[in-house]
Amino acid sequence: MSNPAPRPKRKNPILRTRLPTLPPHARSRVALGLTAAAALGRLELQRCRNCGAIQYPPRETCHICLSDRLVWEPQDGSGELVSETVVHISQELFFRERAPWRLGLVRLDCGPSVIAHLHGDCAAPPTRLRVLNCLDRAGQAVLVAIPEKETPNMAEDRQLREMSCDPRNRKILVTDGKTAVGQAIVAQLAAAGAEIIWVGYAEPWKKFPGFERIKTIPQVTLMPLDVTDSVSVKELAGEIGVKVDILVNTAEHHRAFGIAARAGTEVARAEMEVNYLGLLRLAQEFGPVMRARGADGRNNAVAWVNLLSIFALANYPPHGTFSASKAAAHSLAQCLRAEMLPSGIRVVNLYPGPVDDEWNQLILPPKLAPAALAAAVVKALQDGVEDVYPGDIAQDWLARWRDNPKALERELAQS
Amino acid sequence: MAAARASYDEVALAVPVTVPYVRYSIRSAHWFAGRALALMIEGAGIDKARIDGLCISSFTLAPDTAVGLTQHLGLSPRWLDHIPMGGASGIVALRRAARAVQCGDAEIVACLAADANHPDTFRLNLSNFSQFAQDAVYPYGAGGANASFALLTDYYMRRYGARREDFGKLCVAQRQNALRYPYALFKKPLTLEEYLSARPIAEPLRLFDCVMPCAGAEGLLVMRRDTAAALRLPHARILGTIERHNGFPADPIQFRGGWARDRDDLYAQAGIGPEDIDFVETYDDYPVINLMQIEDLGFCGKGEGPEFVRAHEFTVAGSFPLNTSGGQLSVGQAGAAGGFLGLVEAVRQLTGKPLGAAVPEAAFGLVSGFGMINYDRGLCSGAAVLARDEAA
Repeated sequence: MSNPAPRPKRKNPILRTRLPTLPPHARSRVALGLTAAAALGRLELQRCRNCGAIQYPPRETCHICLSDRLVWEPQDGSGELVSETVVHISQELFFRERAPWRLGLVRLDCGPSVIAHLHGDCAAPPTRLRVLNCLDRAGQAVLVAIPEKETPNMAEDRQLREMSCDPRNRKILVTDGKTAVGQAIVAQLAAAGAEIIWVGYAEPWKKFPGFERIKTIPQVTLMPLDVTDSVSVKELAGEIGVKVDILVNTAEHHRAFGIAARAGTEVARAEMEVNYLGLLRLAQEFGPVMRARGADGRNNAVAWVNLLSIFALANYPPHGTFSASKAAAHSLAQCLRAEMLPSGIRVVNLYPGPVDDEWNQLILPPKLAPAALAAAVVKALQDGVEDVYPGDIAQDWLARWRDNPKALERELAQS
Repeated sequence: MAAARASYDEVALAVPVTVPYVRYSIRSAHWFAGRALALMIEGAGIDKARIDGLCISSFTLAPDTAVGLTQHLGLSPRWLDHIPMGGASGIVALRRAARAVQCGDAEIVACLAADANHPDTFRLNLSNFSQFAQDAVYPYGAGGANASFALLTDYYMRRYGARREDFGKLCVAQRQNALRYPYALFKKPLTLEEYLSARPIAEPLRLFDCVMPCAGAEGLLVMRRDTAAALRLPHARILGTIERHNGFPADPIQFRGGWARDRDDLYAQAGIGPEDIDFVETYDDYPVINLMQIEDLGFCGKGEGPEFVRAHEFTVAGSFPLNTSGGQLSVGQAGAAGGFLGLVEAVRQLTGKPLGAAVPEAAFGLVSGFGMINYDRGLCSGAAVLARDEAA
């Protein structure tokens, strides 16, 4: 079994903070198909549509019949550990700093042999196990072999924790605790073992619904934070920025209607101020200091979570300006991801369908419960994924969008 | 049935040369190639212009290929080849050059392998080794081939009952051979105790299981026997050769190499069997590969390697002289020159001019090559049976 992580000790201020290094990130374009699957937390391998062969490493043609009709298909990852090694000497800084490091060669039941990171709880070969496809600190896909059956504290494995962004023992900023979604996320992060949760609220003179309940969570400290105010963001970053391991941006301004139903630009401007410029302000103030702490011990800065919307992929005209502000945030999040990548900090984007709150009152069910969205945030961090489309509506839109974005645009125009 | 293979009867291997190895050098691969060629011309007593064929192997010649080297070295060959096959380079070069001189496409082919080694060369070579290595091995922190061979070694030990002591016995014997060889970078005896207690690199591999990268060059001339006789050059003959790439793609992990497919062909062409061989030069980047070659080339059955090791002595004077100049494990691995080390040594032994200890009455030698861990296994394999030229 893996040892449960002890509560982290206070950081020794005399020691230098180790700068982030990354595993080798270079990949061929065809191998990025694996990264695309890992971003969603799936193991997919290339299968030949012509002869059915499954192959790995990724190739441009089928190694059996030379067909180029290759598709990425989900696999269950079950297989047998054929051999193992523990690497003590590596040429790469990332692994030198983390040696010794366990690797295995796994024969997958679906055919190929793969080299994989090997979980400490896996027995010596030959043994049955399961292979996952994870993002590593470089944001690229790597295969990770874990025991076939759950072992105690499995997520606490030293190597696995280098892939995940587990909230356990981490210090987390949730930027807005005023909403039902924000409060659900705070409660579930606390239950998942977060060490400290700072919860922002924009108007400290007002007591919002749920205020008393959230205050009773022992890890929670309420902090004044208004993401539309550069000074407010700067002040909070100055106060706690060097300690934030995970930032969850729950601040959101949401109003209904598109263009014709409302005069003027005030509502759209307010949406942009929170949903787009709010993210930009947070990224400017918290981004640099989090980047510097990307390798700061076992409880380092690891993740930045954005609550976007499935409306970011294609405009939902009844909530037209809101969709536009989320599309802007989605684009900015891609920029943030690129800038965070060199420090190993994962930018996790969630694209939920309509949440069951007051601003989606007129939208028909199914709607996503705030607790379900919160659960998706925690799971995304634990699994170390990058893109999450929680709920049935989000999955339905995603499937339509992937299949034919133009068709989805027409479908939404008639909604 | 395939057509019978033509013999190599008319072919001679002459003027084996070594540019002394150094751990690190500020020189480039071009320098080492130039030195090797100069040594060959000097040794053959010929003008540079008579070299009308050139075959080069190198990991560090980039951005140049064999083409650039012709201008660099002022050669105008009418036959040119570039063999990027690492540890199989020597055998493959020999096969191609032999056919070129037999067919009259070239008269004298200089086959050489040359590599530079700067402090960062090894890491850079690893990270750019192949697309599969880049996509599916290097991101895992594998220290180059070390982890890949550790996985093969772990499997071989579990499946066939090999012990660390078996691998150690080979390493200790090769070190003894190396102590007589002037260019070996390791000049101190190695004890089994030192081998077993060395620091771990990638378990089960420890320090002395891993070759040390270095700079250097090896080469030899391939020509017709009558040309060699006219030049009064001592030379060896080729009795048989084999070559195979990606020999057993369906094996879940490598426990054998292409030799196992082709060894009957090798001995049939050579007209002799493994029992007639006086010494063996295996490709020894890691000792487990020695055992695979001993098995797959028919010196014992599959899986009997560990017993074979326990039953034999591998020094030059032993019952099974192996890697008689010390092999890469004790001489050093000068990049692709590692694929020529055994070939050059075998020609020296068969012409009676070893730089180190001589195998007594060496008439037949077997040289084996193995190269290119593209992903999880070495893809290239080859071997050649060479003989003393009694007519010379």
